[in-house]
Amino acid sequence: MECVLELRDVSKHYPSHHAVNGVSLSLARGEFFSLLGPSGCGKTTTLRLVAGFEEPTHGEIRLNGSSIQHLKPYQRDVSTVFQNYALFPHLSVRDNVEFGLRRRAGNHIDNRVRDVLDLVQLAGKESRRPAQLSGGERQRVALARSLVLEPEVLLLDEPLSALDPNLRKQVRAELKAIQRRVGITFLFVTHDQEEALSLSDRLGVMNKGRLEQLGTPEEIYLHPSTRFVASFLGAVNWIGDVGVRPEAMRIERAPSSNGHRSRPATIVHSTFLGNCVHVDTRLSDGEPAVVEISRLGETFAPGESVHLWWEPADELRFK
Amino acid sequence: MKRLRAWFLAPTWTTVITLFLAPLAIILGYSFLTRGVYGGIASPWTLESYQRLIDPIYLAILWRSFWVAGASTALCLLLGFPLALFISRAGRLKNFYLGLVMLPFWTSFLVRTYAWMFLLRDTGLLNTILQKLGFITSPLPLLYNDGAVILGLVYGYLPFTVLPLYATLERLDRTLLEAAADLGAKPWAALTRVTIPLSAPGIRAGAILVFIPCLGAYLTPDLLGGGKSVMIGNLIQNQFTTARDWPFGSAVSLVLMAIVMLLLFVIARGEGEDLL
Repeated sequence: MECVLELRDVSKHYPSHHAVNGVSLSLARGEFFSLLGPSGCGKTTTLRLVAGFEEPTHGEIRLNGSSIQHLKPYQRDVSTVFQNYALFPHLSVRDNVEFGLRRRAGNHIDNRVRDVLDLVQLAGKESRRPAQLSGGERQRVALARSLVLEPEVLLLDEPLSALDPNLRKQVRAELKAIQRRVGITFLFVTHDQEEALSLSDRLGVMNKGRLEQLGTPEEIYLHPSTRFVASFLGAVNWIGDVGVRPEAMRIERAPSSNGHRSRPATIVHSTFLGNCVHVDTRLSDGEPAVVEISRLGETFAPGESVHLWWEPADELRFK
Repeated sequence: MKRLRAWFLAPTWTTVITLFLAPLAIILGYSFLTRGVYGGIASPWTLESYQRLIDPIYLAILWRSFWVAGASTALCLLLGFPLALFISRAGRLKNFYLGLVMLPFWTSFLVRTYAWMFLLRDTGLLNTILQKLGFITSPLPLLYNDGAVILGLVYGYLPFTVLPLYATLERLDRTLLEAAADLGAKPWAALTRVTIPLSAPGIRAGAILVFIPCLGAYLTPDLLGGGKSVMIGNLIQNQFTTARDWPFGSAVSLVLMAIVMLLLFVIARGEGEDLL
């Protein structure tokens, strides 16, 4: 696969802390890559290093094979969709979208602007000002403004976090569809694991400035390499040294046999969630464990003695 | 309830009426009267004071006032903008620099204007140094011309542009500048296409705060213009003192006020259009 963007051992150190610490990763052309992590993990700083708003303390950033870490933001063929969109309030939708095209020659500008506004479904709103648009529309202007430049890599800094939750899912689907259609490489930064899992071809999980794990959503969810990654990507029950996801556990009244792992437990509480039931239990050693079971199966009463079991293959093990 | 409200508003109304509306009414009345033999006013009622304003001598003074005030305003904005931009990005030193901008206010404007006279006059510091260094043989005419008046006005009113410009630049969202750079705009393009358009409210406020007092200035043109560069403020002052023509002085004052109000009205309308 052709490599578009490559980070080689990139670090950004501030006097007070190390925001990014030895991050290495490479993005294939056309890939949707997410950087996932809690706030303050260094994911946004990594994005800003690629955009050129910050200069790395150490390491190299290569775009199409050449070093770009010393170039100014306006010299880099990447474009950013900002978390708050950063639309120019004094310019219309059209002027915002044309902003980066102005100096590039050609009569194609009008066509390109029209095409990109069609793509993000903003046709007919060209003369509006950002203040006259809804949150979702502003987000699409920000996207169009960057897409129209056909950058090598599009950098997205939590672009969905300012939208209300209902809109977020819809825009997420649109974003993925747009990325497929234009075929531009996306570097997407988010703290929302569901977003990262559903959108990305591959993702990297960051913690305290370091890249903890790189892989496809399935790899990372099913085979997390650290405890941090396991817990950040979803709930985990810790049974001794191994972790088991709540949906990989079963509840039985009798102890299970034939190769399953099993532990005695007591039902604490059941919560009906619509599509499934969350059962809080307490293991015999006093540790809590959550089990996600089908609403169509058996029901359990608080205080009942049960056995939890799971397949050894579903165990999450760490070095 | 209504009576209580009236009581609370009474001080405001008293101030407005006694200190603003009443004097204005007196000036308005004076402007339609005839000049008294030894100053003051006399009957009959007449429009003569306003008719006299059309005299080319007075129109020339009016024109000079406009261009001197306009040039001073333009220079204040030109000098004030980079300064305000610098201060808005000075980090922890912001308040220190703002303090420096305000520092001249701690001494009298009159004293500061006299200081300029000592610097600019034929035997002043500048001419003396230039002569001693042999750059010139006879003193340069630095004082008593329009240039000296503009210099004095710019010097005096520069803080009034820096402060509103600083206020808007300070509030400017920095990510907009990052976005401009990200979209390929070099620093100069980002300045002209983002920073300057978005600081329009500050530019407008700064321009108004300088242009209006400059238009009516009389101390600076009196001292640095030396009666050669007469502005409308000097004309008004002269009518009430030496010329003892109160009706004409009143008429000129009112015309100046009308022009200023018209300008503000036009600017306010432009502003209205700007906000969406």
